[in-house]
Amino acid sequence: MSTQAEQIGDIKYKPTDFKSDQEVRWCPGCEDYAILKAFQTALAEIGIPKEKHAVISGIGCAARLPYYVTTYGFHTIHGRPIPIATGVKVANPDLSVWVITGDGDCISIGGNHLIHVMRRNVDINILLFDNKVYGLTKGQYSPTSDKGTINKSAPMGSIEEPAEPVALALASGATFVARTSASYVQHLSNLIIEAHRHKGTSFIHIYQNCYVYNDGVFDEFTEKSVRDDRNIILEHGKPMIFGKNSDKGLRLKNSRFEVVEYNPNNPPEDIMIYDETNLSLALSISKLYWPDYPTPMGVIRRVKQPTFENQIYEQISKAKEKFQPDLNRLIYSSDVWEVK
Amino acid sequence: MQKPEEILDKVTVKFAGDSGDGIQIIGDQFGNATAVVGNDFATLPDFPAEIRAPQGTTFGVSSYQIQFAAFDIHTPGDNPDVLVAFNPAALKVNLPYVKAGGIIVVNEDEFTEQNLKKAGFNSNPLEDDSLTSFRVHRVPITKLTIEALKDDSIGHREKLRCKNFLALGIISWLFSRPLDPIENFLKKRFSTKLDIMDANLKALKAGFNICDTMEIFPVHYQVPPARLEPGKYRNINGALATAYGLITASNRSSLPIIYSGYPITPASEVLQLLSALKHHGAVSIQTEDEISAITMAIGASYAGVLGVTGTSGPGLALKIEALNLAVMTELPLIVFDFQRSGISTGLPTKTEQGDLLFALFGRPSDSHVIVLAPSSPSDCFWTSIEAVRLATKYMTPVLILSEQFLLHSSEPWRLPNLDDIPPIEITFRTDPEGFYPYMRDEKTLARPWVKVGTPGLEHRIGGLEKDNIYGNVSYDPENHDFMTKIRAQKVQKVLYDIPDVEVLGHPEAEMLVVGWGSTYGHIKAAIEIGNREGMKLAMTHLRHLNPLPKNLGDVLRRYKKVVVPELNLGQLNYVLRAKYLVDTTGFNRITGKPFDVGELLEFLREQYKQLKTH
Repeated sequence: MSTQAEQIGDIKYKPTDFKSDQEVRWCPGCEDYAILKAFQTALAEIGIPKEKHAVISGIGCAARLPYYVTTYGFHTIHGRPIPIATGVKVANPDLSVWVITGDGDCISIGGNHLIHVMRRNVDINILLFDNKVYGLTKGQYSPTSDKGTINKSAPMGSIEEPAEPVALALASGATFVARTSASYVQHLSNLIIEAHRHKGTSFIHIYQNCYVYNDGVFDEFTEKSVRDDRNIILEHGKPMIFGKNSDKGLRLKNSRFEVVEYNPNNPPEDIMIYDETNLSLALSISKLYWPDYPTPMGVIRRVKQPTFENQIYEQISKAKEKFQPDLNRLIYSSDVWEVK
Repeated sequence: MQKPEEILDKVTVKFAGDSGDGIQIIGDQFGNATAVVGNDFATLPDFPAEIRAPQGTTFGVSSYQIQFAAFDIHTPGDNPDVLVAFNPAALKVNLPYVKAGGIIVVNEDEFTEQNLKKAGFNSNPLEDDSLTSFRVHRVPITKLTIEALKDDSIGHREKLRCKNFLALGIISWLFSRPLDPIENFLKKRFSTKLDIMDANLKALKAGFNICDTMEIFPVHYQVPPARLEPGKYRNINGALATAYGLITASNRSSLPIIYSGYPITPASEVLQLLSALKHHGAVSIQTEDEISAITMAIGASYAGVLGVTGTSGPGLALKIEALNLAVMTELPLIVFDFQRSGISTGLPTKTEQGDLLFALFGRPSDSHVIVLAPSSPSDCFWTSIEAVRLATKYMTPVLILSEQFLLHSSEPWRLPNLDDIPPIEITFRTDPEGFYPYMRDEKTLARPWVKVGTPGLEHRIGGLEKDNIYGNVSYDPENHDFMTKIRAQKVQKVLYDIPDVEVLGHPEAEMLVVGWGSTYGHIKAAIEIGNREGMKLAMTHLRHLNPLPKNLGDVLRRYKKVVVPELNLGQLNYVLRAKYLVDTTGFNRITGKPFDVGELLEFLREQYKQLKTH
């Protein structure tokens, strides 16, 4: 039985219906504006009553987003939007619950919660704004920063290998994992709609450029003129091809991925067909990055599994069938004696 | 053969043995049988932190003490009249506490050279003269158990495990306890393991009958029923009472409960109890950590249901940032701190009152929460309900300082008529006309509670400072000053919604004893004995710790001397002195156990003497 939380509704909203009266305070030119636009567009498309959305954020530049959207919103504390969102969803499974978080908020301090929400498969939608830096606190390296990044808290370069949000999500059991870039506004908007549709934890890893503290860190493969040749947009059931002219493909050779030339008139027979339900494939794909491979984008995994809140209420129903929810019986449930 | 019967008006019995000996279960059952007789009683279970400590060691001793009486008693007793020691270690640990002339029943089969050595005895106390001032009864409990079950088909190990019920049979005979309630329990408990059930029933009866045939004791005792207030009673401990209180509050408010908790001694028990009450609609979630537990509860309260979490001291420390979020966003959140002995890991299975100052002040910035503390196992029921009432009425978190001792201790509970418990009125805002997220109720200063999903009332809240009424992010200096003050004022409004303190004891008392939490029974016992001795003592006990009741200052100032006994280094003492400028005197013991009434009384006698000679 689908609730508002995954339906596509029939209310004809405009994206501006989701624009609040608060002045947006992000740096001019910040890619958070693009994500906000994609989000508002998606909410309008989704078309369920506005009051059914709950937008929960942690702390960071990204986390200011709820103030700019005209839905119910909760700007919480650093690293904790996920369990708060879980509490909201379990309290009212009919709501479409969104988590707006960043690389520090979600992967660093909030890492533990990320792992467990995915195990539980709570039906919430997590949008990770990954700019590989702590922007709000003015430029420290983050768990997703590339090794060797030089900035305020790593003047001699970061000595840490970066965490990989998509791989982490897949390994934690996430049932919907996708990736895109803030500059692919339409693609992002579509993924957000898909996330809403998915009944279970939806996780969208969004590469987002912070031009003040970490400018250009994704440009090499997201810039308009090169992106088609350096990203691969995965689509379930379709061959794994990419390139501006759709002239490249991915295949498995000796257990390793290989980029090969793709000619539609004479396609190599072992070009892989993407299967969003194949976890091994997804896990392997999640380790591919430009420049060794095209960076995977699109829906990397999507499977249907029971959700946390559904199972909670199923157990409660079962318990109610077996035992009477009679308060008197509860209080009087031990040997009672009377003093006259 | 009817043995002579002696009538006693009160007795304290202590069962002690290895943590694998099943002491807690027989203690509980002795309590149940005592309840059926109609005595008033109080219990003190005492178990080690380890799951199964090495057999025969002194640190592995688990015990259960119960005081029962023909009148209203308030504590589990300071010193046992009867010690049932299952092994030398149990004797070693508890001997110093047994009353002179008291009865000691030992399982003599366990007094082997090896066990004596493990317990630290240089010679066998049953053979030397160290126990001459006690009435020692050596009973071959192990041999008797094996003998009673010789025809049973269960294994040797299973037979040995029935020793505890044989011992229970013996002590039940000694105090003329009925076996029926114990037998009913065994039948229910082992309904799927009939051979174990049979064995335990046999052992129980064997122990009982042996007392007649073997003439172990020269006499048996009767403790007549207590004249309690008329009504229906049941046995209850604080853990059950806490859980039942929450379910009742949920029922009276028509608000679903979401309890999220992380396992920690002793809070785990309440999580477990609630997880078994799904048929009452209680949602219970075992979270991945303490912070997740409180934040899930916050999400639940935000969404419009009752968010509740429970923990102990170390867990509360982890929850503070989130608690402040709830204070700032003015949400009805319930947080239980089931206090245990600290600091840090401390004594995980022992009791203490060490978190008062932390509860009152342990948060960054001027952050105030309502603080309550139950004073008895059954009061845990009423405190849960009061917490829900206040949290939802004032839209602010309520912190309940409960204690390990209360959770595990049991007493007779006069059952309320559930229909007499007033409903808890909840009003969710639904009208968009004139709504602002930080508009306030005139009387309570509470902001509106809006269920997420209500059309027309979409708004954003968060941890940043907000402007008064309109609720937008505001860095305005005067606004912050105003909001800080009004948040504090809101909690002070509770003053007009809680009862004044009551003073009990001697009407002409010049000395007042002020306590909070689980020390109620012990203080009451000391006051009663002191007044019988000719002192003039009064007491008052605090259930509301923030805000403190409005007449407390006046009450304190009426007395020449105020004594504040606490299971901490003087935290309430500190607060009373600071707030009321009264020169109070603390009595502070931090042993991990409740007060020894004798010790407290001795201190009161000294203070009283000082008072009289000035």
